[in-house]
Amino acid sequence: MSWSSISALVLRYLYLYTRNPIRMIELLFWPLVHLLVWGFLTEFLQKHTTDSFPHEITYLIGAVILWDVLFRAQQGVAIFFLEDVWSRNLLNVFAAPVTNADYLFATYIVGFMRATVTSTLLVVLSLVLYSFNIFTLSWALIPFLFNLLVFGWALGMISTALIVRWGPAAETLAWAVPFFIQPFAAVFYPLNDLPAGVQVISKSLPCTYVFEGMRSGLRDGVVPMNDLLMATGLNVVYLALAGLLFVRVMAKAREKGLLTKFASQ
Amino acid sequence: MSQPVLSVKKITKTFGDFTAVDQLSFEIGKGKVLGLLGANGAGKTTAINMVLGIISPTSGGVEVFGEDLTKSRIAILRRMNFCSTYTQLPGNLTVRQNLKVFGKLYRVKNLKQRIDEVLGLLEISQLKDRVSGHLSAGESTRLNLCKALLNRPELLLLDEPTASLDPDIADKVRKVVKRVRDEEGTTMLYTSHNMRDVEEVCDEIVFMHKGKILVSGTNEEVKQHFEEESLEDVFIRVARSGDIEAKRLKEAKK
Ligand SMILES: Nc1ncnc2c1ncn2[C@@H]1O[C@H](COP(=O)(O)OP(=O)(O)OP(=O)(O)O)[C@@H](O)[C@H]1O
Ligand SMILES: [Mg+2]
Repeated sequence: MSWSSISALVLRYLYLYTRNPIRMIELLFWPLVHLLVWGFLTEFLQKHTTDSFPHEITYLIGAVILWDVLFRAQQGVAIFFLEDVWSRNLLNVFAAPVTNADYLFATYIVGFMRATVTSTLLVVLSLVLYSFNIFTLSWALIPFLFNLLVFGWALGMISTALIVRWGPAAETLAWAVPFFIQPFAAVFYPLNDLPAGVQVISKSLPCTYVFEGMRSGLRDGVVPMNDLLMATGLNVVYLALAGLLFVRVMAKAREKGLLTKFASQ
Repeated sequence: MSQPVLSVKKITKTFGDFTAVDQLSFEIGKGKVLGLLGANGAGKTTAINMVLGIISPTSGGVEVFGEDLTKSRIAILRRMNFCSTYTQLPGNLTVRQNLKVFGKLYRVKNLKQRIDEVLGLLEISQLKDRVSGHLSAGESTRLNLCKALLNRPELLLLDEPTASLDPDIADKVRKVVKRVRDEEGTTMLYTSHNMRDVEEVCDEIVFMHKGKILVSGTNEEVKQHFEEESLEDVFIRVARSGDIEAKRLKEAKK
């Protein structure tokens, strides 16, 4: 891995965002809309539900914040590739001395930066608008965030691999892939209330354990270590498999001339 | 000839059952410019992409600086560069920002100074702070060339570098290419549909037809071979009756 290549790729991305501040809207607007919708819904439910109603529903705001970390990390990786497609720059990058590892690492950093921008905004606004304090989770917040970041990277690599394989027509996958898993990831509702068959899928996703852990943490003030360990273990597997998929698809792309097709479309 | 800088050994590329490049072999010695010619679809760009490692050959191999491309790709790429009409630098960055990014990718020393040098060489210093996407086609081609020269490549691949340039600028670009070859001893692989370019810049040419080499040699040799006055005439003849020429050559060899 070469730090100078990685920093050059990240620099390109920073130029892109600082030159066109309008791009920041994408990073700020949607998360803000989600926060407002779920925040008002939470307030409504808090006012009108009795004690018998599951308490978890009030943790929707936490779910919005944490989901966005995963989503932004995934976007960082997937959009990174698409930016080069859109600007017809793909061959310049892949004909430069850049290894797969350099490339992926740069996308991770960009994913991290995107997640940081959005989550900072959400954390502050949720505190100001709804007095929701995510820091109640104290130390557990760090492994939670890290696990979501890593799973976002893995999903990002999978999105990019699918786009390379299926061509520009599959571009929307960059936005769609995280939402394929959202219904199963127990983001807004507890795992136990999902149908048994669905729970099997949910339990195979690292982020499920983070959202479950978040609810326990906010409710009882204790985060089950088991959840954290499961999330971390599964993430190692996902990251490795996604990396493998990416490398194999890139080899396939060289064989079929897929990257040059992108360049001319 | 001392060790060739680029040595292409019987590379073949098939896409499904279509053969884009068929058993192509050639070598380029240090400081030489080889023109890769042929009609649209002859396989020139595919061949260049194989030398860059963006497309992997179905069979055959590529050696650059005496090393196998698949084994030492990154180290090799650091010492080469390319410019193609098929790519652009990101349109949403300024000229200078783009060159800074690629300069860092290629680990160029004294980058700031080098950027000024290449911009001056291609006479686009005044565009330094313009957004790349706002450049005219010809200016953008010259920016591509700046990127290609940044790391003082020992091997430079140019895929139709003068397409979309007006005659005046095309002439200037040819002069730059010759200057770089003469002053830095850069080895080049050059494709162009402009035969004037080829006559002026290339030391040797390889004529491709449907992925195969039809003839190769110096400009004079190729012209003599076809008994034509100019490369332009050779080109037209090959483009219109390449199959017949290929057959004639095959029989002549027997
Ligand atoms: N990725 C690909 N998949 C399938 N076919 C391809 C691919 N890339 C190139 N081809 C085919 O291979 C042939 C050679 O294409 P190539 O781009 O190398 O030609 P060229 O000599 O550069 O032509 P031009 O002068 O028009 O640039 C063409 O028929 C093209 O359609
Ligand atoms: Mg071509």
